[in-house]
Amino acid sequence: MSRRDLFTISNSHFRIGVGITAAILIVTAVAGFIVLPFAQPWVQFAGVWDAICSAAGVPQRTANVTVPEQAKRLSEVVLTSNTLSRPSQEAIGRGATLAQRCAICHGPTGVSRADSPNLAGQYAAVIYKQLHDFRSGARTNAVMSPFAVNLTDQEIADLSNYYAYLPRLPAYHPTPQLPKPNIVIYGAPMRGIAPCGSCHGSLDNKTGSPWLEGQSEAYMKAQLQAFATSERRNDISQQMRNIARAMTPQEIEAAAAYYASQPPDVVKAVD
Amino acid sequence: MLVNRKLILAHFWLAFAVFGIALTLGAWQMFIRSPIGTWLSNPELYYRSLTAHGTVMGYVFPTLVAMGFGYAISETALQQRLVGVRWAWTGFWLIVIGSIMAVIPIALGRASVLYTFYPPLIGNVFYYLGVVLVVVGSWIWVALMSVNLRVWRKANPGAPVPLAMFANVAGSYLWAWTAVGAALELLLQIIPVAAGLKNTIDAGLARIFFSWTLHAIVYFWLMPTYIAYYTIVPRAIGGRVYSDSMARISFILFLVVAMPIGMHHTFADPQVGAGFKFIHSAFTALVALPTLLTVFTICASVEIAARLRGGRGMFGWIRALPWDNPMMLALAFSFVMLGFGGAGGLINMSYQLDASIHNTQWITGHFHLIFGGAIVIMYFAIAYDLWPHLTGRELMDIRLIRTQLWLWFIGMIVTTFPWHWVGILGMPRRMAYFDFADPAIAPQALSVTFSAIGGFVLLASGIMFIVILARGMRAPLADAGPYRFALAVHEPKTVPVALNTHALWVALMIGLTLTNYGYPILNLALSSGTSVPAVYVGAQ
Ligand code: HEM
Ligand SMILES: [Cu+2]
Repeated sequence: MSRRDLFTISNSHFRIGVGITAAILIVTAVAGFIVLPFAQPWVQFAGVWDAICSAAGVPQRTANVTVPEQAKRLSEVVLTSNTLSRPSQEAIGRGATLAQRCAICHGPTGVSRADSPNLAGQYAAVIYKQLHDFRSGARTNAVMSPFAVNLTDQEIADLSNYYAYLPRLPAYHPTPQLPKPNIVIYGAPMRGIAPCGSCHGSLDNKTGSPWLEGQSEAYMKAQLQAFATSERRNDISQQMRNIARAMTPQEIEAAAAYYASQPPDVVKAVD
Repeated sequence: MLVNRKLILAHFWLAFAVFGIALTLGAWQMFIRSPIGTWLSNPELYYRSLTAHGTVMGYVFPTLVAMGFGYAISETALQQRLVGVRWAWTGFWLIVIGSIMAVIPIALGRASVLYTFYPPLIGNVFYYLGVVLVVVGSWIWVALMSVNLRVWRKANPGAPVPLAMFANVAGSYLWAWTAVGAALELLLQIIPVAAGLKNTIDAGLARIFFSWTLHAIVYFWLMPTYIAYYTIVPRAIGGRVYSDSMARISFILFLVVAMPIGMHHTFADPQVGAGFKFIHSAFTALVALPTLLTVFTICASVEIAARLRGGRGMFGWIRALPWDNPMMLALAFSFVMLGFGGAGGLINMSYQLDASIHNTQWITGHFHLIFGGAIVIMYFAIAYDLWPHLTGRELMDIRLIRTQLWLWFIGMIVTTFPWHWVGILGMPRRMAYFDFADPAIAPQALSVTFSAIGGFVLLASGIMFIVILARGMRAPLADAGPYRFALAVHEPKTVPVALNTHALWVALMIGLTLTNYGYPILNLALSSGTSVPAVYVGAQ
């Protein structure tokens, strides 16, 4: 036999090779797309074609369960690590003007004397996301929500850029610097808790996560508890809620006290 | 007839040098996440190391071994000077440049994405470009293997292609086609995002592309080992290959069924339909066939050697084998590890059983046993066998070689058995830290400690390997004679066209890729709303 006859029916290797391969393919396809779908008594199909489409992974247009209307709003903000990465001087200036109305709680230098969060030098994407969430209602607070509802997209961006631009000043509640608790540097691997520092700055920073050094202890504790009880739910994919729920009350205390005692200059530099 | 010894030695030395570095990182990883190490407090360093280890061990090291061995086979089996030597050196230098380009961002912590790329995680673009260069370099080798075979066929029309070359070219075609999946993932999806042209990525589709590469790449890693089983071991221990046709059929089967089964790596992925998962699972079962054929044929070949040496009885012949011959030792160790690893593989390929070991340390235990164990120990054997022919000097340290092989075998068993075990207990893989003080995992501390000790035995063995080869470069000159491959019991006079060429099987390989991957890829590529924002490594 010459090489030209390789792909002909008269070549037994061709016949057998292609025949067996095709036979296996057909048998497995029938099993995978028809027999096995119907072998699941708990799934209902309109017909064979429906079963085949389902097994093939065709996106189903009509879901056969009705999804309950989402009772509470969730965050709709899309953040990328490029969000607000290159602010202009004008944007920062506009933000400074707008920020005058925030100063009563967040301090004229962006450092709060009350238990409101410090904003000076916070990552821009963080402020941007929280303001959007306050505006949409994904996050609510009696004092903060009314300030946010009327902000435009531009104003939110300008405010975020302004606060990110401010220098990181020491906080007002000085305590001696505490040593790192385990939850901050190790997390709790068996409870699915990554180290706080792996998102919040001391080890690494993930877009949208704030740095926490020098924040008010009472504020951080309240937020962790709100996450744990799902009272606060604007964290995308429940990132923080899953962690806070698995934390013990002692760990919440320890983490809040530790971060409150840290000076802001230990935060990893932005960009 | 080994003419281009420098070329082959360059491939082997680069392979073993990067292997040494990656091995050291591996031992460090073992140590740092075990109870005997102290935790560094910075998981990022662990993932840097893991990315480097995986990238070198998965992409650079085995590819270089396959290439060096392939050039050696082409010259010795075909008895023909390598055609395209300049191109071969170009491929080599592309791999050197690619490796350097990939390693720099890894070392800087800009590409801690692990060797499976893990989209939507996105690292520095030079890491991916480096990997692409490595693959392009290896494609030059694929082309050269094909060209050399063609030149030989012209000069020897209709003659049976020597088994070693037939298998070598089959392996190169398998690699050429399977690398396309990762290449598509890199070029169409990841690199545009890494280069800043886009900031969303279809992670599900990227994983499908990667699975296209991920299974057959392991058979590409395995090719040099299987070629050594069939064409070196019987000669080295004084036997003959039991059946030349069986060997050809095994390599052909790898070509056809290694490809359309990669979705057994995505059993837990929601973006793939269950029907396709079933088909891939069924074809995965078939891939055991060529391995079973090989185990049978090689055992029969070894028995022939034993009987020629006067062994008799049902099992008594086993004692007559040349157990002090390093090749014999390597083969035996390799088979034992292949047996255990293969049994574990049956669990991975079963849809339901896989769910219990998915993403656990079982998986890393499994592939270290098969790849680091069964496969790499034969890479050592290949190097030992070729070295005198490449250097023109004798390898004097036979005892040291035996010790090295023993240590690799023992080290691998001590490392991987407890590694599997903690996986069954649920310990996740790719974790930088475990708090063994926690009562929930305290009982696993002992197993992990054993693994880490095994890791150091492996490191010791790896260093010995490199020392033996380095000393071999300075040993007294000695002519090793011409390099020969094993003969079959019945040397083929003629071989049917289908078993002497690759076209039919390559066509089936591509056909099955289309049937098994076509729809899932098109479905995801054409649906809108399947992309997610990229997550940049090190970005704030
Ligand atoms: C030739 C031998 C080896 C090969 C081919 C190899 C290959 C690989 C590959 C491909 C990975 C996966 C990386 C990832 O999950 O991204 C890996 C992981 C790893 N390897 Fe190796 N390796 C080898 C030897 C070793 C040795 C000797 C050790 C220990 C001394 C070791 C320790 C590790 C560890 C600790 C991991 C990480 C597991 C995890 O965190 O999930 N490797 N190896
Ligand atoms: Cu696989």
